[in-house]
Amino acid sequence: MTLTLNDLMPMLPEVFLLAATCAILVFDLFIPSEKRFATYLLSLGTLMVCGWITWTTATGITTYTMHGMFVDDLLSDTLKMMLYVTVGLVMVYSRHYLHQRDMFSGEFFALVLFATLGMMVMISANHFLTLYMGLELLSLSLYALVALQRDSAIAAEAAMKYFILGALASGMLLYGMSMVYGTTGNLDITRIALLLQAGVGSNMVLVFGLVFIVAGLAFKLGVVPFHMWLPDVYQGAPTAVTLFIGTATKIAAFAFVIRLLAQALQAFAGDWQQMLAIMAVLSMAVGNITAIAQTNLKRMLAYSTISHMGFLLLGILAASINGYSSAMFYIVAYVLTGLGAFGMIMLLSRKGFEADNLEDLKGLNQRNPWYAFLLLLIMFSLAGVPPTIGFYAKLAVLQAVINAGFTRLAVAAVLFSLIGAFYYLRIVRLMYFEKPHDHHVIAPSFDMQLLMGANGLAVLMLGILPQPLMAMCIYAVEQSL
Amino acid sequence: MLAGYPLLSLTIWVPIIAGMVVLATGSDRNAPLARLLALVGAVAGLAVAWPLWSHFDAGTADMQFVEFSSWIPALNINYHLGVDGISMPLLLLNSFTTVLVVLAGWRVIETKVAQYMAAFLIMSGLINGVFAALDAMLFYVFFEAMLIPLFLVIGIWGGPRRIYAAVKFFLYTLLGSLLMLVALIYLYFQANGSFEILDFHALPLTLPVQILLFMAFFLAFAVKVPMWPVHTWLPDAHVEAPTGGSVILAAITLKIGAYGFLRFNLPITPDASHYLSGFIITLSLVAVVYIGLVALVQSDMKKLIAYSSISHMGFVTLGIFLFNTLGMEGALVQMISHGFVSAAMFLSVGVMYDRLHSRQIADYGGLANRMPVFAALLMLFSMANAGLPGTSGFVGEFMVIMAAVKVNFWYAFLAASTLILGAAYTLWMYKRVVFGAIVHDSVRTMQDLVPREFAFLAVLAVLVLATGVYPRPLTDVMSSSVANLLAHVAQSKLP
Repeated sequence: MTLTLNDLMPMLPEVFLLAATCAILVFDLFIPSEKRFATYLLSLGTLMVCGWITWTTATGITTYTMHGMFVDDLLSDTLKMMLYVTVGLVMVYSRHYLHQRDMFSGEFFALVLFATLGMMVMISANHFLTLYMGLELLSLSLYALVALQRDSAIAAEAAMKYFILGALASGMLLYGMSMVYGTTGNLDITRIALLLQAGVGSNMVLVFGLVFIVAGLAFKLGVVPFHMWLPDVYQGAPTAVTLFIGTATKIAAFAFVIRLLAQALQAFAGDWQQMLAIMAVLSMAVGNITAIAQTNLKRMLAYSTISHMGFLLLGILAASINGYSSAMFYIVAYVLTGLGAFGMIMLLSRKGFEADNLEDLKGLNQRNPWYAFLLLLIMFSLAGVPPTIGFYAKLAVLQAVINAGFTRLAVAAVLFSLIGAFYYLRIVRLMYFEKPHDHHVIAPSFDMQLLMGANGLAVLMLGILPQPLMAMCIYAVEQSL
Repeated sequence: MLAGYPLLSLTIWVPIIAGMVVLATGSDRNAPLARLLALVGAVAGLAVAWPLWSHFDAGTADMQFVEFSSWIPALNINYHLGVDGISMPLLLLNSFTTVLVVLAGWRVIETKVAQYMAAFLIMSGLINGVFAALDAMLFYVFFEAMLIPLFLVIGIWGGPRRIYAAVKFFLYTLLGSLLMLVALIYLYFQANGSFEILDFHALPLTLPVQILLFMAFFLAFAVKVPMWPVHTWLPDAHVEAPTGGSVILAAITLKIGAYGFLRFNLPITPDASHYLSGFIITLSLVAVVYIGLVALVQSDMKKLIAYSSISHMGFVTLGIFLFNTLGMEGALVQMISHGFVSAAMFLSVGVMYDRLHSRQIADYGGLANRMPVFAALLMLFSMANAGLPGTSGFVGEFMVIMAAVKVNFWYAFLAASTLILGAAYTLWMYKRVVFGAIVHDSVRTMQDLVPREFAFLAVLAVLVLATGVYPRPLTDVMSSSVANLLAHVAQSKLP
């Protein structure tokens, strides 16, 4: 079989992104540092073109290419579009922040774009090796990004920890995959699913492999008991990178889980459901309870992420179209809210000052009522209080869980989100009920102001009218699984 | 004539949009404009709510002024509104109270005026939504969303321990409502994918399931009422909240709890309601007697009224779970009456607090010498709070006691103790505050009511008397719905 140009069509966005990123990398070498803004614009332009390509080549028909290693379906198109938007927002939010810290360099953008490429490959993977390759491209870029601030000891420590634990997780994942390969003789996700459905392979080996795959996934998602790296990385990394890890990569992680569990190993749902249930409850418990004790905002949000990933697992473990689409809606809601939360930290930071302690939010309502209001919406969305999008995300997941017959899990989930509400409320309390001790005028750039406003209001508006987004998630999952 | 107008939507959205406009006036430089816009918004909210009363058909128990449109088809959640004789008076009470609150905060609130007024207007719209929603998820959204402005009101403009009170209030009520969410989703699947409250009413359910659902709803609403022993958030929230916040809490949010019992517990789980009625009645009587005694020893006026609210709300839950017409109508009248009386009491304390900045009974005394008009009005409200005949407070309590006699003499005996306890704590407070010689010099400087204060207290006085003397219009409006509800509850839903 020879490769024709038509075979490349479904992966055109990836091909373009790769070429463009290499070009940007080279281009960046030849421009003086004061014209770095061009790199930034080119990176944003690249994402837009990717978006345009994905949009125009989206057929809604599931197409396989590269001998079934790569798939282009509605789910991947939808997730990629979300990814472009998220990465674009990350870049805009980060621009000023990076500038002030002398990190506004070509490396940042190149690494972010390479990580994006990795995520796109993961999203479209239909083969264990493709999946793994995408994951490694993402991970290696992230390790470098975390260590971008060379002279920061805390960043170096975080990067080291991330690297070692990430490598361990990758090892586990590969080991699990090799078990599946050993007994089914296949790495192709579609074929594995068919074979497992037909009852091919040794049950014991498969469950053994499954345990390792789930452990590897749990590492990457950051759910208890594989969460240790997450708070350190979130706190240690420059906030711009934390923003990237905290939002964009969650979209890829969702795709990762769907491709592995929902597509390849759906036949073993009964087995992974139990593992996911335990991890979900533990994550919600540990995440929410530990977050209460945090004084660092980034660290608190890290524990909040752990609890949210636990909630996401609830949607997945419903193991139905309803559950997967709820989980997808949950991830979109989470990414949107997370962008706002980390974006706000950067908006409030200034040269030589990181607004990453809870104390720094004191009296924000007196300093600037508008940003206080936006952060209020974001916090209530994280807590899952209507009428914000976070509530509908929780509602969607809960109804999927109850529909699947896990009512007790749903009760546990709501009780832990009550604990969660406590520390989100503390942020609101600090902003509204306390007096400020920092009187610097908050003057973000115009693009930041505009996008932050849109971001915060989207949390509210998509809460008042959640139907389009919800319908889109359901449609994408239905068409693809 | 009014058939084509989305009246209920207007009662919800007019205050909310007015609130946003007020918010847009920004900093305190524009405070006079913010106040004016807020008053216009509140009055407009009352004006659009008025036709609900004047055009209400009391002859039917069906939902009226119904509006229906699809909202989230993915989960079959609809924007479905409608009122019956139970919810309509509450909706009107809320719109009316909002006007009072805006007036009460007119001069007193000097910082972040726009935010204060906007919070109350938005909350008013959301509470109207709670009373008008016929879709369970729509109800839940309004039910939860109204916590946000109330949380901010207590926390920003409240007293010294406001932060503790605000957080306690929020978490307490959230705890209750989250389990209700699970119950609603469970019912959604039982009803084949429908969140319509009226579909839930028709759903057959086994007794164990009914009991679990009942407990989930009970927790949500008992916290709101609040019933003993989950009442402890209320005294804190009341004492620390600004006057307007206390008024809304006492007059409106407590009613949401009782309304929830009528809309969810009784019709969805009638068998469990009968099964557990002894339990609820016991809790209610504990509230009436024990909390009445607690009120007696309070030295803080707001705390005293807060405890008296819990005691009065005990009558409401008692009346509801007696399962007879007199009891239920009595409970409803008591809800409306308590809305007037508690609002009046808190506003009166607010009037005193604005002058002396103290809520302690011991700091007053001899007020009658300096503020005769106020003293006269407070006399009337105190009488109403104690449940003296001729005031609105008497009607509801008397009906519930009569209903209790029919069921069990001892219920009635214990409930009737409130006539003594209520008189004791309220009138004793009145005596210590108003009568006697002036002992504190600061009291000598106190001025009598200004026209604005007189206006809202006088309106309340008229309403308290009118309801007390002639409650007939109120009971007429609710009778069909009450009869329908009782007939529904009397039928077993066991499959």
